[in-house]
Amino acid sequence: MTTISEFLAPDHKRCDDLFAATEALVASGDWDGAAEGFSRFQEALQHHFAMEVEVMFPAFEARTGMTQGPTAVMRSEHRQMSDLLNQMSGALARKDGDAYLGDADTLLIIMQQHNVKEEQMLYRMADRALANELEEVVGRMRAMT
Amino acid sequence: MNVPSGISLDQAPPIWVPLRFFITAPLFALTAALLLLWAGPELFSSRWDPAMLGITHLLTLGFMGLVMLGAILQMLPVVAGTPVRRPALVAAIVHVLATSGIILLGSGLILTAPLALQIALPTLGTALLLFATLVVVTLRRSLPQNMTARAMRLAALMLAATVLLGLTLLSNHAFGWWLQARERLADLHLTWGLLGWVGLLIAGVAYQVVPMFQLTPAYPARLTRWLAPVLFILLLALAPARHLPVLWSTLKILLAAGFAVFALTTLWLQTKRRRKQPDVFMYFWRCSMLSLLSAITLWLAAQIAPAIGGMRGYGMLLGVLMIVGFAMSIMNGMLYKIVPFLVWFHLQSRRGATGPAVPNVREIMPESRTRRQMWLHFAALAALLAAIVFPSPFVYPSALLFGASNLWLWLNIVAASRTYSRVDALLGKASTSAG
Repeated sequence: MTTISEFLAPDHKRCDDLFAATEALVASGDWDGAAEGFSRFQEALQHHFAMEVEVMFPAFEARTGMTQGPTAVMRSEHRQMSDLLNQMSGALARKDGDAYLGDADTLLIIMQQHNVKEEQMLYRMADRALANELEEVVGRMRAMT
Repeated sequence: MNVPSGISLDQAPPIWVPLRFFITAPLFALTAALLLLWAGPELFSSRWDPAMLGITHLLTLGFMGLVMLGAILQMLPVVAGTPVRRPALVAAIVHVLATSGIILLGSGLILTAPLALQIALPTLGTALLLFATLVVVTLRRSLPQNMTARAMRLAALMLAATVLLGLTLLSNHAFGWWLQARERLADLHLTWGLLGWVGLLIAGVAYQVVPMFQLTPAYPARLTRWLAPVLFILLLALAPARHLPVLWSTLKILLAAGFAVFALTTLWLQTKRRRKQPDVFMYFWRCSMLSLLSAITLWLAAQIAPAIGGMRGYGMLLGVLMIVGFAMSIMNGMLYKIVPFLVWFHLQSRRGATGPAVPNVREIMPESRTRRQMWLHFAALAALLAAIVFPSPFVYPSALLFGASNLWLWLNIVAASRTYSRVDALLGKASTSAG
């Protein structure tokens, strides 16, 4: 049986890899490669957010009754990251490397702090709270492709 | 259960809490450079010379101490999961007391003014012990699996021990009483300060920031679990082991090995980084780890060949490698990550969903400026090391380079703070006109 930690934590790493690859392409001035890399990165990150916001958070909130707790903080950080993604997409369209790399630097810090909080706190809490329905919750997230 | 939210505004302290420390710190290093320029090659004759002690403390307390205080006040809520109460007031008290205490200590030592030292004693003592207590008490609430919190807490205990020894030595300078064990206490004071307070704190912070900024693999779990507590116990054991030569050398060799493992692991993780973009942050860390390894190698060489330890300038070389090379490099690099992010974060949070655009971190702290300052710092480090071996040609250039590097660092931090104030005023105007 896969836990929420085991399922979602490796997905962070996948997003990090796509982030780093795209950043390197922008830095080297390969705009076509960067556009493709960015769309894969953006898709991966939004997909990760969707799995949490549509499946895992509601299940956790329903089980624990905590709607204003950790999940609210995570949602607001998702919004911050989505805003930055939009700005980066704009910078990419303008081929403005400095603007892209500046926003990428910012996004990386937020993303990493966010991941640490999820991996060390929220996922562990969710694994405990949802112990009896792990298979079902992870199954629903896996089905979202 | 409570989730730490380092990034929501109700938990993060106001921006001036850390910034006031960061803006003050480089000025002390700049003062140290000016004093070196004024004193000339004479100064390098002995590290026990009161003027040298004064200058050393401008760097360790004035630069390093203030940067660490500001950074910890910023990080505490994130690491502990709960905010510090009245952060602006705490920061103001600690900052004013520490800054005036450092000025009194520095001028008292350099000008041999016992009265200044007598006032420095309660001022610095209160600031630093209050701060160490705050850290130890606040981190009681952190999660047991948080290895950074654990290392930070041990570092704060080492800070308290270092300060108590320092106050004893200071009272000796201030009141001139007869202290038989002065040299031994001074030795323990600088070992606990540099390896305990600074070393453990840097290790604890590295566990978080090295993987975070370079996308390296995490530090091995066994290392993060054991390194800081083991080093802490070894450092404590140094105190009673002084009279047992075999135990004494064993402890020191184990300490050197522990720090070498940390430095080598960090360099190895950096070679595995997934983010290939080299930036000033990475170069500063590399310089720092190489300085630490050089200090360890030099120290080991002196253990094997005592003639090396007896060489003129041996202790000063270790001091410059550890203070300017190891500690100041990392702090310089960290400031270039922390300051622009804080400016961006506070502006972004004030801006809300609409409002004028907020400059990104590279606009707040342009890489062209940080990169040049970094090379100046490296050149200053090399020149300072050269000045210890060959004082006459190198002392003045090293003082000039070191001064220029810290002046530039200060200007970079001030420019970022001014960007904050400027955009903050714009946001204020936009929100009143919108409302």
